[in-house]
Amino acid sequence: MQPFQYERPGTLQEAAQALTGDGAALLAGGTTLVDLMRSGLAAPTRLIDLSGIEELRVLSTAGPTLHFGALVPMTDAAEDAVLLREYPALCQSLLQGASQQIRNMATLGGNLLQRTRCGYFRDGVSPCNKRLPGSGCAALAGHNRDHAVLGGSPQCVAVYPSDWVTALVAFDAEIEIYSLEGCRRLPVETFFREPAESPHIETEIRPVEIVTAIRVPATAAGVRSTYLKLRDRQSYAFALVSAAVALRMEDGVVTEARIALGGVATRPWRCRDAERELVGHPLSLATAARAGEAAFAGASALADNGVKLRLGPQVVAQAVRIAGGSDRA
Amino acid sequence: MPPQTVDPVMVAVTLEVNGIGYGRTIDSRMTLLDLLRDGLALTGTKSGCNQGTCGACTIHLDGRRILACLTLAVTAAGRRVTTIEGLSGPAGGLHPMQQAFIDHDALQCGYCTPGQIMSAVACVGEGHAASDAEIREYMSGNLCRCAAYPNILAAIRSAAQTG
Repeated sequence: MQPFQYERPGTLQEAAQALTGDGAALLAGGTTLVDLMRSGLAAPTRLIDLSGIEELRVLSTAGPTLHFGALVPMTDAAEDAVLLREYPALCQSLLQGASQQIRNMATLGGNLLQRTRCGYFRDGVSPCNKRLPGSGCAALAGHNRDHAVLGGSPQCVAVYPSDWVTALVAFDAEIEIYSLEGCRRLPVETFFREPAESPHIETEIRPVEIVTAIRVPATAAGVRSTYLKLRDRQSYAFALVSAAVALRMEDGVVTEARIALGGVATRPWRCRDAERELVGHPLSLATAARAGEAAFAGASALADNGVKLRLGPQVVAQAVRIAGGSDRA
Repeated sequence: MPPQTVDPVMVAVTLEVNGIGYGRTIDSRMTLLDLLRDGLALTGTKSGCNQGTCGACTIHLDGRRILACLTLAVTAAGRRVTTIEGLSGPAGGLHPMQQAFIDHDALQCGYCTPGQIMSAVACVGEGHAASDAEIREYMSGNLCRCAAYPNILAAIRSAAQTG
């Protein structure tokens, strides 16, 4: 690990000021950064610990906007009474990620900015355009069972792994960003970039900016929501395929649908074509199945991940049925 | 030219471990795991994977179970750490969870065991030990290569019921 100066500013302004210097990186829970630093994938010479900035720890779920401070631990949000009752998909997406120890350390903002699990990125030596632009992509001709069927490019097919953000994109979340020049907000959907020609650039954040909060507009669709995560093990594993679904229904007819996919795409993936299959129709096995097929209509398999194309539509269909109340979670 | 060496950055850290205050000057890169084991000779906490995936390094920080291998020691400054060595009460003797692990043969090589016990104590304290399914789920961050899982489950269930 590269030696580093450690700083712990007390205010956002001090943190943003510290970020303007060379070699600086922000430290939240450390579950991503310390791991990457030890692997040599991150080598900051200055670590700016955000844990002393109280306004980043605000968790507020009353009112028309849910406010998730970037430094709120995953556990705290997962145990919030309003989320449990009114946004089960958000709770479930947190509780089905990581382990309790990691959830006690990891923050909501850090979770947003976590890096791909692609083994070729993480091994530090394989050709990887994300780690070293222009070096190639070892996954395309290598072992790619865990890689993307949506949003990939000839440069990169690494999956974006966050469960929490998969659920957030279904709820039209916004990211709040701070710098010395002021605040701005971006929809989570446009915050993340597909790899295209530059897989080393994953989000719209600038080096001097700090993610301060995630904001979710309150919605009645939250109550009828679920996060379904299919994986090789029952727990403590990343998704093979996952789906966040939220519905509004009146007399059995779907009036609003929100569907997002995890484990299969290079960025958080909202499925509006699939949503359109449901809206205006009574919810049935057939409409749920059509939504599942529509969600994966544009997907393309690599050599080893065809299983995602076979199971993915079924995961979406089952999540739709769970949200609609005909299947149990 | 010989490779350039970069000097470590030394930081002063004070923290409470098992009720005792310690002050040390350490390399900023030092993890809490290494501070406990190498700096304070508290070798009960184990390094399994050293990358946050096995749970062998589980300790309590301000009452919450966390992974010491992913915690920079400097971030534990001014905070309260409990390790496996600190589970005994003031009168000494084994913590009921430790006794339960013995009674239910919940270990073989013993390497994951301190982390399992620290995790289990927190699991019960969190209220996440109401059923076998819940214990399995909330202990999923602790791996056991010897596969003592059924007996670990029995030990925790038993300690939760008596505790």
